[in-house]
Amino acid sequence: MQITVRLFARLRDIAGTGELVRDVPADATVRTVWDRLAREFSPLDAYTTSISAAVNAEYARLDARVSEGDEVAFLPPVSGGSPALLVARCSLLIARYMTDLTA
Amino acid sequence: MPTALAAVTRAPLDSAALVSAVSGSPGSGAIVSFLGVVRNENLNRRVTHLEYEAYEPLAVRALDLILEEARDRWPAVVLGIHHRIGRLAIGESSVAIAAASPHRSEAFAACRYAIERVKQIVPIWKHEFFEGGDMWIEGATADPDDEAARQAALGRT
Repeated sequence: MQITVRLFARLRDIAGTGELVRDVPADATVRTVWDRLAREFSPLDAYTTSISAAVNAEYARLDARVSEGDEVAFLPPVSGGSPALLVARCSLLIARYMTDLTA
Repeated sequence: MPTALAAVTRAPLDSAALVSAVSGSPGSGAIVSFLGVVRNENLNRRVTHLEYEAYEPLAVRALDLILEEARDRWPAVVLGIHHRIGRLAIGESSVAIAAASPHRSEAFAACRYAIERVKQIVPIWKHEFFEGGDMWIEGATADPDDEAARQAALGRT
């Protein structure tokens, strides 16, 4: 089935376009669409853990199913990360690092 | 045409119009307004101008969601949020917020909450142009269901 992919900001720069039409399997999820895109444009892969997504201009989870004709949008992180969240993220990274050290 | 309470626009922001849009009630005793303004410096870079890009239909929905969240929390507050997109020069306003309520504390709180949530969940990206280069500013993953982020925004009110 055919869907339209919308990309914004740095994602659009990487792909060289903000809008693509792609064929995906009938049981595709948002994640399937992203994985295929990240294979097609490999620098996108760096965003795999930080993107959010929307289907037909509504926020959607990565495991949401997509349908023929859907507009699937991928959104890089938005400009204002709150300091509290950055601290939470840093703590998480430090925790992972410590786990690696002790593994 | 009445001024919408949530809007994404390429036109210069009209803070006075937004203040009028929220201040219809004779019970209003306080109106707080906020303007986010393009600054000439960021992290020691000399900024020349900014370009804002939006996923417009979702951005308007996200602004509406913030108005709804604020209504749940502060039922007496009337809140409005306008975000500008496109190319902005130093000194121009990128976001305008106005909050009217019977008492000032709720108006200040709702206004502060609104700007924190705008930066968390509205799909608008800032492309910074500075002396020697340009870069997209990326912060947090946009997720309206992230309760920790919502609590962090509430914590700043």
